[in-house]
This record gives sequence, structure tokens and C-alpha cells, in this order.
Amino acid sequence: MKLDVVEKNIGLMLGLVIFVISLGGLAEIVPLFYQDSVVKPVPGLRPLTALELEGRDIYIREGCVGCHSQMIRPLQAETERYGHYSLAGESVWDHPFLFGSKRTGPDLARVGKRYSDEWHRAHLMNPRDVVPESNMPGFPWLAKNELDGEYTAAKMRALRAVGVPYTDADIEGAKEAVEGKTEVVALIAYLQQLGTHLQGGK
Amino acid sequence: MSTGWSVYVIALIVLNIAGCAWLLLANRSVQIDPREKGQSTGHDFDGIEELNNPLPAWWTWLFVMTIVFAVIYFILYPGFGNFPGVLGWTSAGQHEAEVARAEAAYGPIFARYFKTPIPELLDDERAIDMGGRIFAQRCSTCHGSDARGGRNYPNLTDDDWLYGGDPETIVKTITYGRNGMMPPFAAVIGGDEGVKDVTEYVLSLSGREHDAERAERGRQTFVTVCSACHMPTGTGNQAIGSPNLTDDIWLHGGRREDIERALKNGITSQMPAHVDMYTPEQIHLVAAYVYSLSAKKHGGG
Repeated sequence: MKLDVVEKNIGLMLGLVIFVISLGGLAEIVPLFYQDSVVKPVPGLRPLTALELEGRDIYIREGCVGCHSQMIRPLQAETERYGHYSLAGESVWDHPFLFGSKRTGPDLARVGKRYSDEWHRAHLMNPRDVVPESNMPGFPWLAKNELDGEYTAAKMRALRAVGVPYTDADIEGAKEAVEGKTEVVALIAYLQQLGTHLQGGK
Repeated sequence: MSTGWSVYVIALIVLNIAGCAWLLLANRSVQIDPREKGQSTGHDFDGIEELNNPLPAWWTWLFVMTIVFAVIYFILYPGFGNFPGVLGWTSAGQHEAEVARAEAAYGPIFARYFKTPIPELLDDERAIDMGGRIFAQRCSTCHGSDARGGRNYPNLTDDDWLYGGDPETIVKTITYGRNGMMPPFAAVIGGDEGVKDVTEYVLSLSGREHDAERAERGRQTFVTVCSACHMPTGTGNQAIGSPNLTDDIWLHGGRREDIERALKNGITSQMPAHVDMYTPEQIHLVAAYVYSLSAKKHGGG
């Protein structure tokens, strides 16, 4: 091929550039869309309930993901501390993923059922009440703000559109399930289910 | 990965590596007479000429090395479609090997300590240290790094035990967790007034300042209702984890309003189970550490 031909046809050059830089993605990403271990939920996985979903949105709103990862890597030191390493099949219904990339605080991928609800409440109001060395900020307003559930059903419908298997009954009962609950209750509900669905996982 | 996708990935990899090699060779094949080095390619932009010099040797060889590296990598490691690589490496396999190494290193130590009864471990500083590490990693979240607890979380360094402080009970508490439940009592004991009366009586049990008249009324309620769990004398019952009310230790707060709130709203407290999280050997050492905190004060045991 003559270099001139490519250099003088901007369209051809663009096409060739896109082809070359897409090779990596075509080989590494595209096959994943069809791989069972990545797209199939692990046995026992269930979608978040309406209350847990609202809790997840508070988790996002308050920026928890900035300091807490939800991704246990397959390293002995990590699995010893946090439990079984995270599997792709546990996150198939996460939109968006909340893997995080920074651990100012500990990983939360399997924090569910590790502490009591009361502990979480005290800890979220003022972390130093239970962990004197903690540098996590308190979130006292979570106990005051109440959920109205106005958009809960719409959020669940949106998630269903991208493949989360919510039933009509789930969506119909969504508003009722969250209305009047405080934000801290929703957030604790979300935290208490994290990583608890993997069978036989620690 | 299905065979189709495997073939697809292999084709892309071969295309990519072959493409890179071709790009290099095609450009190397431009024959330039060394004497004509610096000859113009004919590209001239505003008097700035593009010269046709050969690729620098160090750069060319680096390029060759990346291609060779890619080929060697795909032979050794997974990535070439479904070919697992001659080393058979997987991240899960590497993790298992790490865990096995840790198990080989620490397993015998844990096993040795597991055979030793907890009271005898108190003299072994290393065993207590190991238990202390696990405690710091996990238990300290609630019970504090000094194990002295806090509000709602029991102090483990004193002699006051909700469920009992002997080694077997500590092991059981850590392994299976505990669920403490005091129901709300306002309705049963006569509303706000009843709550106030019982509160004064509870204050009197540990010899604190109280309203004697109310306390007397409260005593009658206490004997009929509260004594079921807290015993007629108020000393509690370790079989169900009901606290001793006659000492001056207040897990959920000892102010008048704290006691009233407990009576009105009840109290739920949980110690999580660790049976799925830690091995019996690990729990044995944590229990030894916890036992050592209060046992040491009394000269062991």
C-alpha cells in the first residue's frame, strides 16, 4: 500500500486508525459479553429490594465509593481479612458497578451481616462512637431524612430494562416498601446484604 | 469460552502480531544508501522537509523485542483463546497456592495451640499475641482496640459477663454469636408512671440515689415482671444473658433517662456469629486472648 493513498484520504485513514485501536477491545472485551462466568448470576443472587435499592442510591449520593471499594482481589491477605474473593457473577445486576478504586476505609464487598444494624446506625451517625481511631465522616442527616419513594418504581423499571429481573409485584410495591423509612434504614439494609449471596463463600 | 470465540480471539491476536511484524519489516525494507542519508521524501511544508532516514537501531530492536515478548507470553500464560498456557497459571490457582503456603506456615502453629486448653495458653505470650491480632482485626471494631467496649458493646476486661466468662462460654459466644433481647415494657408495667417507678427501683439496686417511695412501688413490679429474666434479686441470669443490675456497670447507659428508655423501647443487641468466618483454631486463640484480659488480673485462671 502506498503511504500517499492513506495520507491523502482522511476517511480511509480514520477507518484504519479506528480498526487498529479497536483490536484490543475486540479481543479482550467483546468475548466477555458472551461468557457465562461473567454474565450469569451466581446461584442464590437476588436483585436488591426496593429499600436496598434506595440505600444503594444513598451510598452513591454520599460518595461512599470514593473511600470504600467493593472488590476483594484473589490475594491471600485480602481473602483472609474480607472473605472469598469477588466473583463477576455477583455483580451482574449492578448498574453502575460500585467496585471503587480506593481504600481509605476497608473493603465492603462482604460487609453484610458482619455487624449488627445498631452498630451500623451508631457508626454512620458518628464513627468515633464505636471506632475511636476512625477518620470516616459522620452522616447524621441520614437519620432525619425520610424517603418518599416517589422514584423507586421508576428506578426499578429502568433497571429491569437493562436486565435486572424485577417482577411487576416488586415494582408495584416499591413505593409502599420505602415510604416513610429514614435514609439510614435504607443504607443499612443495602450494607447488610452486600456479599451475602455467594453460597459457601465466607 | 466457546470454541468460536476462542478462534475469534486467536485470529485477532495472530492478525495483530503479524500486522506489527509486517509494519516493521515493510518499513525496514526501504533501502537507503548510507551515503544518501538525509534524502528528502519529497514532503515539503513551508520549507520544512521530511527526511527519509532509516529507523534507529535501538528503536527497531525494541520493537522486535515486544513482538518476541508477546509470542513468549502467549506460550507461557493464558490469553491465546482457550489455550491455558504451558505454565497453567490462573489467578484463582495463584490464590490457592498463596493460601496453601499460609496454611503450611501457620496451620501447625494453630493446631498446636488448639490442643492446649485455654487456661494453659495464658502463659504463652505468643499465643495470646496471635489471638490479639485477630481480635484487633475484627473484634475491636465493636469492643474497641483496648477491648474495653463502649456504649452497647461490653467491656471484656472486667469481671462482669453477660453470658459467662469461662473459656468454653467465650468460645461459644464467639462461634455462634448472641442475640440479646429485652422487649418494650411500658404497656405491661403501667405506662410512664410505672416506668418511672421501676427505674427508681433499678437505681436503688446498685445503691444509687433514688426516690424511695417510687422505688418501693417499682420493687413490686420488678418482682412480678422483671425478675423473670433479671432474677428476684436483680443479679441477672447468664443462661439468657440478662445483665446484673446490682453492680454499677451500665452497658446501655446508666442515666435515669437511659433506664427509662430501655424500659419503654426495649433493647436488642447482637453479637454476630463467626462460625463461617473463622476456623475453630482461630476462635480458640481469640477466646484465649479475651480470657486473658480479665484472668490475668487474678493471677491466671
